[in-house]
Amino acid sequence: MSNIKKVFEKGKTLIPFITCGDPSIAITEELIYTMQKTGTDFIILGIPFSDPTAESDVVQSANLRALTNGITTDKIFDMVSKIRQNTNITIAFMTYANVVFSYGSEKFISKSAELGIDGLIITDLPFEEKIEFLPLCKEYDINLISLIAPTDSQRISMIAKQADGFIYCVSSSGVMGTNSHIITDISDIIALIKESQNIPCVIASGTATPQQAAEIAKQADGMIIDSAIVEICEKYGNDCVKYVQEYIQEMKQSISK
Amino acid sequence: MSKGRFGVHGGQYITETLMNAIIELEEAYNHYKNDTQFQKELSELFQNYTGRPSRLYYAEHLTKKLGGAKIYLKREDLNHTGSHKINNVLGQTLLAKKMGKTRIIAETGAGQHGVATATAAALMGMECEVFMGKEDTERQALNVYKMRLLGAKVHPVTSGTATLKDAVSETMREWANRIDDTYYVLGSVMGPHPFPTIVRDFQSVISKEIKQQMLEKENRLPDVVLACVGGGSNAMGAFYHFIEDTSVKLIGCEAAGKGVHTAETAATIATGRLGIFHGMKSYFCQDNYGQIAPVYSISAGLDYPGIGPEHAWLYDTGRAEYVPITDEEAVEAFEYLSCVEGIIPALESAHAVAHAMKIAPNMDKNKIIVINLSGRGDKDCVSVAKYRGENINE
Repeated sequence: MSNIKKVFEKGKTLIPFITCGDPSIAITEELIYTMQKTGTDFIILGIPFSDPTAESDVVQSANLRALTNGITTDKIFDMVSKIRQNTNITIAFMTYANVVFSYGSEKFISKSAELGIDGLIITDLPFEEKIEFLPLCKEYDINLISLIAPTDSQRISMIAKQADGFIYCVSSSGVMGTNSHIITDISDIIALIKESQNIPCVIASGTATPQQAAEIAKQADGMIIDSAIVEICEKYGNDCVKYVQEYIQEMKQSISK
Repeated sequence: MSKGRFGVHGGQYITETLMNAIIELEEAYNHYKNDTQFQKELSELFQNYTGRPSRLYYAEHLTKKLGGAKIYLKREDLNHTGSHKINNVLGQTLLAKKMGKTRIIAETGAGQHGVATATAAALMGMECEVFMGKEDTERQALNVYKMRLLGAKVHPVTSGTATLKDAVSETMREWANRIDDTYYVLGSVMGPHPFPTIVRDFQSVISKEIKQQMLEKENRLPDVVLACVGGGSNAMGAFYHFIEDTSVKLIGCEAAGKGVHTAETAATIATGRLGIFHGMKSYFCQDNYGQIAPVYSISAGLDYPGIGPEHAWLYDTGRAEYVPITDEEAVEAFEYLSCVEGIIPALESAHAVAHAMKIAPNMDKNKIIVINLSGRGDKDCVSVAKYRGENINE
């Protein structure tokens, strides 16, 4: 069983997302240790991309701040290699296809495997293009994570059947459900996924409050918090660590209720 | 291999949230491209609204001055709205309407594609919103005014470098946020499948006409077809029906900006490498870590860090050649064609004219070059004057 699946065996999982290098790689390192202290089992590390086409304004700005500060894929690898001496926390990288492809897909994926990375989430890689990275991910034993957005039941099943690790469910405001065969209700989507494969389903949520987290936790196996943490990093800069810690603790309590 | 491939290039590298829209678009296009009623309506718009076929003009003075090959100009600059952009926009807007969409969105660099889209929206009674880099809205204030005059809403994009690539990203985001009633009119032969094919098909009327007109005038095919390339829509349109005719040399002219050995360039084939961006695998200007490079050209319409996947494939196979043209060369050609033929070309198109000026003198007099004059240059007079150190009011 993959480390990712093991994490979900322990119950509802809160998965914080951090943009590496914002405000600095030293703070990213500190944040990872802090996450572990709060009992976080699984984190997603974002590798910045110059043109994050799918991201909210908040995450876009974080990507650009990190790149302006001189972050690179190699510096992120070095940081992970350093923290690996102290922590076994489960980590997935999240980035855009060109960051992996341009580094050399095999070089990127084998290096990630060496560093004990368990998952890879590529935002601009739909089911149709998985073949670009899937054979290498299988070879190096990294879960290439599938995303599912509101769509028709056939597509949900198609993606779910071949998914590894967990499924990243995206709610999309773009689909209002006037198109009758599109399934927009997240509980319905998760139910359909589970019919195809018994795989953990995680809901990605932006600026989540503890109340929303509790609500989401009822529907899914876990939740990813992205822009909320990124916003704290933006607001407090080098002092962000303790505020992130407080926020994670509060969120963790609300989902375990 | 996934859909929409040209060799290794192309594909559909987009977020899962856009897949419904892309699948819907592909199904609709596959249906309407073979629909005689659709083709009839489009062909009527081309004739009566755009003014097609555009003229194939023998540039006698230019030919004599350069003293070599015979030069023809394909006058896309005479189209309604002043460039080839209208060909694609009418096709896609008609498609959007048939699909039951009520709102169209588009990205624009210099504003030519934005103006064309706003025009088609006005004509067909659709809501229209255009995303344009904030810097470009300031450089091209007249086009912003035109779009508003035509009833469109213009959104200045402040993210990233606030230019064309950011406008594309922002329009993709907007599309993902509102798919139900909205159609994205992409302006070039780029992006995820099926866009490169759709845009090429609607632009291919250019080479179809060139071929026919050339046979009428010269009873033979041209030896060289020249076109400028940013994303590459006018070039793809001008090349398409000649791909099979291997005697016809196809040359795309990229914007070298201040030179391919400087950072201020947009010449993708000369300076870029294989990557994945904006939904496609193709060549891109990027750094060692795959971060997309901020590009530069005096011509805002060529100021894009990538090239359409079919061009990338034509390059790989050697069927087409791509050459860099600097700002200085383009400006000289802009001035030269104005003086010699009384035709002010768009700065984009001037890149193709510049290459003709290089190669025509060394070719035999019985050889024929066709330059696709993709747009007119009124919009560029202020920036060329500025380049020459003159300040004129718009």
